[in-house]
Amino acid sequence: MPEQLIWGMEVFLNGLMSGVLYALVALGFVLIFKASGIFNYAQGVMALFAALTLVGIMEGQVPFSHLINAIFGTEVHHFGWHVPALLAILLTMVVMVAMAWVVNQLIFRHLVNQEPIILFMATIGLAYFLEGFGDMMWGSDIKKLDVGLPQGLNPFIDEVTYNIFGYGFFIDNLDIVATVVAALLVVVLVIFAQYSKQGRAMRAVADDHQAALSVGISLNFIWVMVWSLAGFVALVAGIMWGTKSGVQFSLSLIALKALPVLMLGGFTSIPGAIVGGLIIGVGEKVFEFAIGAPYLGGATEIWFAYVLALIFLVFRPQGLFGEKIIERV
Amino acid sequence: MFYREAGDFKTSYTEDNQTFPIKFDRYRYYAVLVFAFAVVPFVINDYWVNAVFLPFLIYAIAAIGLNILVGYCGQVSLGTGGFMAVGAYAVYKLMTAFPDVSMFIHVILAGVITAGVGVLFGLPSLRIKGFYLAVATLAAQFFLVWLFNRVPWFYNYSASGQISSPERTVLGVPITGAETAPWAAYLFCLVFVTLSALVARNLTRGMAGRKWMAIRDMDIAAEIIGVNPLKAKLTAFAVSSFFVGISGALFFSVYLGAVEVGEAFGINKSFLVLFMVIIGGLGSIFGSFAGAAFLVLLPVLLKNALVGGMGWPTDLAAHLEFIIVGGLIIIFLIAEPHGLAQLWRVTKEKLRLWPFPH
Repeated sequence: MPEQLIWGMEVFLNGLMSGVLYALVALGFVLIFKASGIFNYAQGVMALFAALTLVGIMEGQVPFSHLINAIFGTEVHHFGWHVPALLAILLTMVVMVAMAWVVNQLIFRHLVNQEPIILFMATIGLAYFLEGFGDMMWGSDIKKLDVGLPQGLNPFIDEVTYNIFGYGFFIDNLDIVATVVAALLVVVLVIFAQYSKQGRAMRAVADDHQAALSVGISLNFIWVMVWSLAGFVALVAGIMWGTKSGVQFSLSLIALKALPVLMLGGFTSIPGAIVGGLIIGVGEKVFEFAIGAPYLGGATEIWFAYVLALIFLVFRPQGLFGEKIIERV
Repeated sequence: MFYREAGDFKTSYTEDNQTFPIKFDRYRYYAVLVFAFAVVPFVINDYWVNAVFLPFLIYAIAAIGLNILVGYCGQVSLGTGGFMAVGAYAVYKLMTAFPDVSMFIHVILAGVITAGVGVLFGLPSLRIKGFYLAVATLAAQFFLVWLFNRVPWFYNYSASGQISSPERTVLGVPITGAETAPWAAYLFCLVFVTLSALVARNLTRGMAGRKWMAIRDMDIAAEIIGVNPLKAKLTAFAVSSFFVGISGALFFSVYLGAVEVGEAFGINKSFLVLFMVIIGGLGSIFGSFAGAAFLVLLPVLLKNALVGGMGWPTDLAAHLEFIIVGGLIIIFLIAEPHGLAQLWRVTKEKLRLWPFPH
């Protein structure tokens, strides 16, 4: 087998893995959009905030220490304890639920029945706010996140592929874990939405606010629940990306990676987010490998996903699995 | 007492159709213009020009451009930074290729080139609407920035990959480069702002503007009453990109002087201009000015108050700025979705009756 082809296969597999990570972020978008019609730009920043909070709790950082030191001239940084990963994750989840409640009470309750584009802009405002808030609370330096997930080369795949092709594939253990987690998350979410009482209520709200209200579903509860769920997905995504490349500002930019995924898959479809993520992940890696790096000077990953989604949308404006858009005068 | 139509008799259609029909309003605008052209250049110094006036004027042009697209035509665009980059690189190529031609013409030409690029990226808007379009314009943002970074022809094969503006003149006075006097740069931008505002105001009052607004309010209904959506949307993209291109050209050549494209025209610039339009008021030319002034002045004030006044570290002040800007946008959207322009309209209504409200 020619070498180029084998490398191409490795690139393909790696693209598949990073596609799963994109899909993980896109899932959070789809959840909120389905239940409340809000296109939540802040999803990426929520992942960053969740990861920052997780690291902060694990390391026993004093929140707002930078601010306190600047105002009172003190020198506090750490409480001096270390929280085990599992407990820290639980505590972070509590913070994310509290945040969901605050966001709903202070912002989106007041914006009910506004146009979708106004809601979208409100979430951009929320993203800015959270970004500044997270940095102020935990500091803006790059942090290492380690919750005990396996990392590095997977020796098993390396050996098997070496025996077959005479060339060992480099597949990161973390990517494999992320794939498994994402798959589990999707299954759990689908089961939750299809069979549980709250999940059905969520779908009812998504279908028609007023009808849902009239059969006794509490809109407030559902919205807080959905934002908490999105917070949970953000936490999972934050852990995966944070372990992979450190907790830092660029983590919030994964939201920008998830947008073309959504466009491709359709804003309202959970399977769409997964399939879209895989297509984009594989597409951009293979494009960069086959065309971008040799002919176009590289770094095509920045725009490839968008242009692909744009071209795709011209032919199918609602995405792969989106509901058909019907407009009436 | 102010802003009253009473006693202001119009005797011809021309008078009836003038840009500012209320006498008080008209004279107030004249007064502002005279002040800006005849008083400010004499008292201005380097700090004020670079910290306040130039960014305000240049962002005001960009905000007017984006407001035409978002506020009047209802097509949300997140590609403003990319289009500003087109204007900047167009003016750079023109400046270096034709050194003897006046800067004034170069800047206008840069706007025209950007308008062409804008129409190209506006084409999908005929098929894609709402969020999908907003996300699709991000394709323009990322692709254009990448293009200017990777193709050496655009930055004249310079080693650093940056572009920097050589000295060019208008009527013998240097406008760009290190030798520029503060008042010259200020006046040059002011001329463009005045012209842009005048053109934008009259476009939006006329047939083109009414077509855009019809498309914004409901495109299917607009199509049925005879508005051609293809023409209306593409003209909105062209006019909007023209202004944004001019502002990008001025931003690079007059204000910054040297530019690294990813830093100066990144996605944050797109959001910044969008925020100016939202805070100022969607669908209002005055709002574009108000929003630009607000978001240019806010960081300067915060920095002076926190870093200079209270001795905070700069990074902390930067975080607080993020919090305040984000919070303000949310508060504005909840309390006054029509922005600062609406507050001004309410004030004007009050002033008509003041001080005798009955």
